Amino acid sequence: MANLKVNIGNISLKNPVLTASGTFGYGLEFADLVDLNRLGGFVVKGTTLLPRQGNDYPRMAESAAGMLNCVGLQNKGVEYFAQNIYPLLKDVDSNVIVNVSGSDPENYAACAARIDSLQRIPAIELNISCPNVKDGGMAFGTSCQGAASVVRAVRKVYHKTLIVKLSPNVTDIASIARAVEDEGADAVSLINTLMGMSVDIERRCSRLSIGTGGLSGPCVKPVALRMVSQVAKAVKIPVIGLGGISNATDALEFMMLGASAIQIGTANFVDPTVTIKVIDGMNEWLDAHGVKDIHEIIGCIR
Amino acid sequence: MEKHLIDLLVERVDFLRADYVLISLSNPLGPMPECIPGQFVQLQVVGEPRVMLRRPISINWCDVAANRLDILIHVIGPGTAALSRLKPGDTLSTLFPLGNGFEVYHDGDILLVGGGVGTAPMLYYGKALRESGARPHFLLGGRSAKDILQLERFEEIGPVYVTTEDATRGERGFVTQHSILQRQKFDAVAACGPKPMMRAVALWARDAQVDCEVSLENMMACGLGACLCCVEKTVRGNVCVCTEGPVFPTTALTWF
Repeated sequence: MANLKVNIGNISLKNPVLTASGTFGYGLEFADLVDLNRLGGFVVKGTTLLPRQGNDYPRMAESAAGMLNCVGLQNKGVEYFAQNIYPLLKDVDSNVIVNVSGSDPENYAACAARIDSLQRIPAIELNISCPNVKDGGMAFGTSCQGAASVVRAVRKVYHKTLIVKLSPNVTDIASIARAVEDEGADAVSLINTLMGMSVDIERRCSRLSIGTGGLSGPCVKPVALRMVSQVAKAVKIPVIGLGGISNATDALEFMMLGASAIQIGTANFVDPTVTIKVIDGMNEWLDAHGVKDIHEIIGCIR
Repeated sequence: MEKHLIDLLVERVDFLRADYVLISLSNPLGPMPECIPGQFVQLQVVGEPRVMLRRPISINWCDVAANRLDILIHVIGPGTAALSRLKPGDTLSTLFPLGNGFEVYHDGDILLVGGGVGTAPMLYYGKALRESGARPHFLLGGRSAKDILQLERFEEIGPVYVTTEDATRGERGFVTQHSILQRQKFDAVAACGPKPMMRAVALWARDAQVDCEVSLENMMACGLGACLCCVEKTVRGNVCVCTEGPVFPTTALTWF
């Protein structure tokens, strides 16, 4: 068996397979089906300082090889997470990473600071790229100054590993990645969903309550690969690749382009056990090709 | 209840009508997991490039001793069409049992109202009610006689009342117009079908001061409470239909 261990900032992953925020709940929803301890880590759903009801139904539309969602960061707030969810996750032998969202740098920082106090949470993923809320999220992630302002505010109060999740809805993702690296981010993850639409011609309206949504699934993978490649060349910090990964081959494509780890998102909806299959498939491929350490393939395509 | 992801074996595929198909499944690996009436399964659709997500389908019948799970599918889109093309001997990746299920009463006259393919979960629910000591009555509605499914099987379990909009079977009109509602007193009611029908039943139940549960079929992706796509507005805010439902007492909803 090849060595699959990778490091992201100060955390060590037993393998490079993580789950993407918003697709794996708090992990517990999948516990009947997946041995959570086998995962490199999992990123729990977007958490904000205060509870959010999210957008109205309908929030989802299927498309060819993908889906759109406009959930809008529904969550019960960071205090609920700390009091009620965190205790349930304490015994999981994996990296539990909290995805943090907000509407201004101050409440991003306040949310991050609360999570900083939770001993068993080794990292956060800063979501500056949610396309589905009006009052923030992607607004920060689409300019270098906006992205930098959030990371700067959070970096002051958050002392553990800080991952920043980037939006693909920009003209130059590499410059945004450099901006967050300069402010002290330990890693970047990309891509969040691509903004899109879906139309019901019989009712002559959008299929999504707010008109637009974020596209995910296999259809976005080529775009995600291109962006991961660009960002991996532009920054020195580790890159976490995601976007349409549904098997070990997909995962290895991202890693060859420079991703140190990967996240699996929408594929969890199709096969809730896909994460384990990707870990096993990665192992098999590396063994079959005589690769002793995953680092031999990370960034091997330049 | 523990959730399972199992490649079930297709035993039988029976077209009840041109666009309604009853699929019987067995578990080739061991006993069929126990399912509560009102729960649903998430079925993987293969060989249809337009479909990626699983399709949530209610449980029509479950018999653990016979290693059998039946699902009744209304063919309305590419996903359900692909499922209807399954053949005996095929396998079907099934994630189940999901959701909460109906209240199983131990006595009283319980009215189970189904519209269209919404009658599907009522068969198994009726069986459970009868076994637990309650008296299930079925009120089945459809546009036309051809939309009334599995009539003989319902009749084996309890009295059946039918309405069709074109009067080709039973009384003419909607389920809430059936004369049984004037003639008989019920202790509780449950409904599954198109939302306007369920709303009408819920309103009737409120006026008649009878407890009412409805089974919702909001569009969903994961079925596990992770994606938060299938939410329904309730008195407690937005909740997932897949985990906190699909069955809700109407008092929990914000319909009226």
